[in-house]
Parts: sequence; C-alpha cells; structure tokens
Amino acid sequence: MGRQVKLRIWRGNKENGDFQNVNVEANEGEVVLDVIHRVQATQMPDLAVRWNCKAGKCGSCSMEINGKPRLACMTRMNTFEEDETITVTPLRAFPVIRDLVTDVSFNYKKALEIPAYSPPANLGPGEARMEQIDVERSQEFRKCIECFLCQDTCHVIRDHEENKKSFAGPRFFIRIAELDMHPLDTLRNRKRTAQEEHGLGMCNITKCCTEVCPEHIRITDNAIIPMKERVVDQKYDPIRWLGSKISKREGIS
Amino acid sequence: MAGVRAEGRASIKERTLRVDRWWLQPAITVFVLVSFIIYATFRAFENGYYFVESSHLVSPFYSPCLSASCEPGAQLFGVVAPQSILGFGLSPALLILIFPLGFRLTCYYYRKSYYRSFWMSPPACAVAEPHKKYTGETRAPLILQNGHRWFFLAGLVFNVILTYDALISFKHEDGSFGMSVGTIVLLTNATLLWLYSLSCHTCRHIMGGRLRHFSKHPVRYKGWTIVSKLNHYHPVFAWISLFGVALTDVYVRFVATGAISNYYFF
Repeated sequence: MGRQVKLRIWRGNKENGDFQNVNVEANEGEVVLDVIHRVQATQMPDLAVRWNCKAGKCGSCSMEINGKPRLACMTRMNTFEEDETITVTPLRAFPVIRDLVTDVSFNYKKALEIPAYSPPANLGPGEARMEQIDVERSQEFRKCIECFLCQDTCHVIRDHEENKKSFAGPRFFIRIAELDMHPLDTLRNRKRTAQEEHGLGMCNITKCCTEVCPEHIRITDNAIIPMKERVVDQKYDPIRWLGSKISKREGIS
Repeated sequence: MAGVRAEGRASIKERTLRVDRWWLQPAITVFVLVSFIIYATFRAFENGYYFVESSHLVSPFYSPCLSASCEPGAQLFGVVAPQSILGFGLSPALLILIFPLGFRLTCYYYRKSYYRSFWMSPPACAVAEPHKKYTGETRAPLILQNGHRWFFLAGLVFNVILTYDALISFKHEDGSFGMSVGTIVLLTNATLLWLYSLSCHTCRHIMGGRLRHFSKHPVRYKGWTIVSKLNHYHPVFAWISLFGVALTDVYVRFVATGAISNYYFF
C-alpha cells in the first residue's frame, strides 16, 4: 500500500533554477530514485536525473537528499518521517548541467594527473607475484565506485572553488595511497607529489569523505592519514630523513 | 561568490539543506573541551593539592614533578627548574603540560573535532564554512601538525611515569603493600592513556603502516594489525582518557584537601 510523500526538487541549469514541490506516491520498499522516476513518469517528463544500476554499484545517481550527499538508489523512503518534505538537489560542489545532473569532469581531469601503476621493468605480463597480506590493505580502496560523493562533501573544494586547481580530493588520495602501498609499484615520488602537487596538506582530516562513502571505505583512517604520515617520514622527520640517507632506503624523491 | 554559491553551480541560497541537528555534535565538543581547558588552567596555576604523601597519590597534571617548589615526596625524578622565575612562583604543572597538550592538539582525531567545532572548517559535513580562504595544513602554524609523532613519543614517556605513579600507590603510609581507591583511580587513568596512545594513527604508522611488504615483516604486521583494531576506537579512547585525567586530578585534589579520605581495600 503506497503513501503520498512531499518532494522538493531543485530544477534549473547553470544560469538559474529553483525548487519545485511535488506530491508523489511511494510504495513499500522503494528508494528515493524510484520516487524520482515516478515523478518523471507522471509529472515532470523533462526532469533530468543520471542513473544506471539502481544497486549502489555504478555511482551514477549521486545527489543531495535533505542536504546530505547520498546515492538516490540507496536511500530508502522509509527512513523519512510520514509528513516530511524531502529536499533533493544536485551535487553542490560541481557545476550543474540540468536539474539533478552535474558536470563531474573535474574528477576525470584529476584522475589523469595521477601516474598509473608502474610495474618493475623486468616483469613481463602475467609474471607479477604478490602475497595476499601485501595487497589486501589497498584492496579496500578498489571498492571505490567513483560516485564522487566524497569529492562533493569535501569542504576544501565544496566551499572554495579556487582550490580545485591544486587539490585532487579524497577519491584520488585513496588512489595515490593504493599505488604507494602497492608492493610492486616502482614510482618512488608519490608521497612528494601527493603533498606538493595534489594538495594532501590541504586536507584537515574532518572525515566527511568517510562519512558519506557508500562503500564504507575508511578513506581518512586508511588512506589519507597513512599518506600524511608517509609524507612526514620524507619531509618533516629529520631522523627518518637521515636514516634514509645512511641506509640508502627509500629517499626523499 | 565562491563555495556552494560559485558560478555554474546550482543556485541555492541556503548554506546547507540539512534538516538534522548537525550543530549538536560541534556544540557538545566545544562545551566539553572548553570545560576541560578552564579546569586544567585553574589546576595548573593553583600549584597545590596535587600530592597525597600518606597514600602516595600524585595528580597527572603534576607528574613528573620537576620544580624546586614540588612537595619533597613528589620529586621522584629530580629537580630541573627553580621555585620561581622573576619573582613569580613556577607551578610544576606548567613545566610539563605542553607535552600532553601538544599530543592532543596534534592528534588526528582531536584535529577533526576542533577544526569542526571551534574553527567551523567545516562545522559539519555539507554545511558551508564561513571562511573566505582556506589553505589547510600547508602553512604555519598548522603545518606544525606534522610534528605529531614527537608528541606521541613524549606521551609514551609520560605514560611510563604515570604507570609508575600508579604502581607506587600500592602502598600504605608505612610502606607496606596495600590497595586503595586512589590506586584504582591512578591505574585506570594510566591504562586509558596507554590505550589512547597505542591506538594513535602515528603509532599505527610506526608499527608497520609505513611498510610496503608486510610479508617480509611478520612481527610488525602482527603489531600493525593489533594497533589497527585499537585505532578503530581511537576517538572513544581520546574522550574517555581526557575525562580520566580530569577525574583523577579531581580525586587527588579531594583527598589532598581532606574533603574525602582515600579508602583502603586492604
């Protein structure tokens, strides 16, 4: 048996826009994306919304629901009060294209700036061998579905557009951490570039990225803070620095 | 205007559309931390009621007691500072509090807490911050946060000293073996401080986080695994150890002033 719910949906484009109120039916077991599709089917046929898998694995239906960055397909309608007006907006850290669809190309540009995995030169295809305990730490980061909710909620770029030039964001810090922790990656300057080119030092570890991650990746504890500590090893710890010079272990670069 | 109202973004005037009580957590954090700071400042300058000779109890705010003004029984590690400087009495607490204070100030968890609650950067997730510019921890003074490991190491020294304080409180006034409420209080405080220190992100890194090949360092991997489990509860240990220090001091002060007596179990 369905019930009527009140939705307040932001509609517009990059020039202007505003909220529009609609009443729509919601059935048992439905999620916000289902209800938005019903609005689209019955009242707003031109409502723009990006979606794909409806299973929380493609990362397409990222939007802000009651002000929180969420996946619409993973936000159940029964988590709202009966008489609550549910506010739905596009991601507020990125330029809007139309209605609930934003331009997330910022993230693809940042992805291109991070050098890919660099295997040892003497290893041919299929010859790499690693022990499970050496790779399992970074396997957590491979769960990322690139929904960019962490990028959206990160105040470094959400509240400061000017920082987008110099800050890669949490999604790409877990990529850098994954590669820096990789037992066979040969690129030795990832820590330095993380700090100096990708803006790791701008992160003030307020953990919003972790809070919104639909894959429950512990972005701050397992990627950003370990990377910050690795940067300290190289840049801010004279004893470690001296040790690296004497024992010829991993150096500054 | 920059931020959520930057050009090209959805034109929404509200700083946040959150409808939950997002302000509650930062408000509680401010209340608790300000209360602790006020109490700790009062006690640091009070320069008294920190030692109970008969029960061998010393307040964590004053241990190690390194000033010439320390009560003789509390000078377990010698004297390194005079009784006064330029005519002003030097409280022994002022000599040492920079170390535990620095450890907590640079702690990754506390940074999250006070950046959110005091500096509102941001006050909560998806709530716009009020600042026009933001450079994070890339410049002075916040770049000094990178010195957390030095305070962590200093904190370990303090933990050893406070554990020693707890162990020597297993005594009656005549030196015979005994255990009092004060003993349990000091022991609990030391345990909480150890848990807070050992669950620290820097400890996790030193233990094995910096390695790329766990398989080549099985002992460090085991240590890293244990610290990682503790690390999950680091925020809990951060808060209860803070309360632990304050309540331990309150207890020692009450006993030292004679407001209560230190009950001995045996």
